[in-house]
Amino acid sequence: MPDTSPTPETRKLSYGEAVNAALHRLMEELPETLVYGEDVGVPGGVFGVTRGLRKQHGDRAFDTPISESAILGSAVGAAMMGRRPIVEIMWADFSLVALDQIVNQAANVRYVSGGRLRAPLTIRTQQGNAPGACAQHSQCLEALFLHVPGLRVCMPSTPQDAYDLLVTAVHSDDPVLVIENRTLYFGAKEEVVVGGPVLPMGGVRERHAGSDATVVTWGSITHRAVEAAEALAREGIGLHVIETPWLNPFDTGTVIASARRTGRLAVVHEANVTGGFGAEVVARVAGAGVTLQAPPIRVGAPDVRMPAAPTLAQVLVPDADRIAGEVRALVRGGSR
Amino acid sequence: MSERRLADLQAMWRIRAFEEKVRDLRAEGPIVGSVHLCIGQEAIAVGACDVLEPEDALFATYRGHGWAIARGVPLEPLFAELMGRANGVNGGRGGSAYFTAAEYGFHGENSIVGGGAPIACGAALAGRFDGSGRSAVTVFGDGAMNQGAVHEAMNFASAFDLPVVFICENNRYSELTPIADMVRGSRLADRAAAYGMPGHRIDGNDAESVRFHVRDALEIAREGGGPTLLECMTERLVGHYIGDAENYRRPGEMDRIRRREPIARLRQALLADGVPAGEIDAVEAGARAEIEAAAAAALTAPFADPATAREHLYA
Repeated sequence: MPDTSPTPETRKLSYGEAVNAALHRLMEELPETLVYGEDVGVPGGVFGVTRGLRKQHGDRAFDTPISESAILGSAVGAAMMGRRPIVEIMWADFSLVALDQIVNQAANVRYVSGGRLRAPLTIRTQQGNAPGACAQHSQCLEALFLHVPGLRVCMPSTPQDAYDLLVTAVHSDDPVLVIENRTLYFGAKEEVVVGGPVLPMGGVRERHAGSDATVVTWGSITHRAVEAAEALAREGIGLHVIETPWLNPFDTGTVIASARRTGRLAVVHEANVTGGFGAEVVARVAGAGVTLQAPPIRVGAPDVRMPAAPTLAQVLVPDADRIAGEVRALVRGGSR
Repeated sequence: MSERRLADLQAMWRIRAFEEKVRDLRAEGPIVGSVHLCIGQEAIAVGACDVLEPEDALFATYRGHGWAIARGVPLEPLFAELMGRANGVNGGRGGSAYFTAAEYGFHGENSIVGGGAPIACGAALAGRFDGSGRSAVTVFGDGAMNQGAVHEAMNFASAFDLPVVFICENNRYSELTPIADMVRGSRLADRAAAYGMPGHRIDGNDAESVRFHVRDALEIAREGGGPTLLECMTERLVGHYIGDAENYRRPGEMDRIRRREPIARLRQALLADGVPAGEIDAVEAGARAEIEAAAAAALTAPFADPATAREHLYA
């Protein structure tokens, strides 16, 4: 493949701007890409993330009816025929009306055809709670997709990863779900290297150093986990915070190595705990025979629907204080 | 005329003989699992596939063996697929209800009712950018006309003038339930008007009629006129699946269906054309011999290798 990537440069970008920069780059360097979804063309997306693509690339970026099955299904068909569609599902919750096209269709294309067909589509969506969001606009659904062999799943939490992971996803020949977070789109601008090489899938980000416990986390709650680690550091408790922006493929080895070193494991995710991917992480560490000094814990939302009122949601979605409290108890023993 | 009719008869016999052999092999054991035969519906696949171009994309349903055969997929790998053999068209990964053979322009059966319709829109959409001039044909039953994904696909194709032909095989039963009981207006083709596309109810037991209408729809599609819905009226001579007790059939229903079924009808037409009965019967005999040979060859093929069960999941 000819190297068409531009020379790397550093720009100050918010998370949303980083996604936008990645989309512009991808449409530039991969003529087979298409960007479409509800309001992504002329309006530029409800969060402004697809702004300018229509102007720059014309018909390759377009608006669609409010028809998630048609959006996702057509992406599967176009991908089978050699296009590289990047489709937006405005809220992860909306993917549920079209799960067939993701689970029964996209995930099967390569396997059932014995590799003669492929479905290189990227599904961009965003999820999670934000103040006032109703129960159908707040769910964290990554575990649903992680249960499906044949899909790749990632959840960037920083502008750099928002850029890099999307570039990797679109260059991949597998169906990839990129789960963004709307509370991050308009966050602080950070230095982002754009135009760099296409990175391989997988890997972890070490967000905090420490040797008293391993904290595995992903998505926007990573920021709260780091805040908790900083607070506990002031108390003399050192957390090794590992962010795993790639959940499939998941870097199990690094997590096991850290848990073996610290002897304690906490998994922190925004999703509710039952059937969450945190359970899988705990099982993999246990299955590797790692001897822990205390039973592993999962910090997540309780198994409740998500209420709209901020005062109600606040007590359900873990914040830095609650994460710190639970991990402190893990390290020191006793009640949380 | 007779020549084309003989060709249609041969194409239909290849499908029917295949399906009858599948039924036998399912009873005898070499084929396992759920199987949906298209006996009685052969004329639709034969007529439609005759006017498809190699670059066109075809998406069928789980009652799709006939569509695969009509599209030109060789018989032995189809039998082998049904028997879980290594040389199956999908190496044993697809089975009866999920054949795919993209190299023959057959982009697959689908076991989800209506699931292929949105995918066909994408195949057509891709053609807008890759210069292939591709049209897409998606096939589904009358039951799928009540699936949301099909409606989304029809609107999506209409809104964007996509070259898609929606072929509804109306065999009057949504699985085991009469479609007439599941809709208020039983002329399903009328729904096309709601999407601003042409819709026709046609004789699905006449390959020539299907050929004419599909050719017309493809012409419109290729000229940028967008999608068409064709409601092809037909009937199953068999159950919804092998093992279906068919207790929903009414007295005398099967006799009526047998009189209208496409192969019997075409035989009558050929006799009326003056084609000797011996020549007509030779078509059936030839098809059966071809089917027997293909099935016998598939029966001797090795089973899919268990060591490959995890392959081809990811790039």
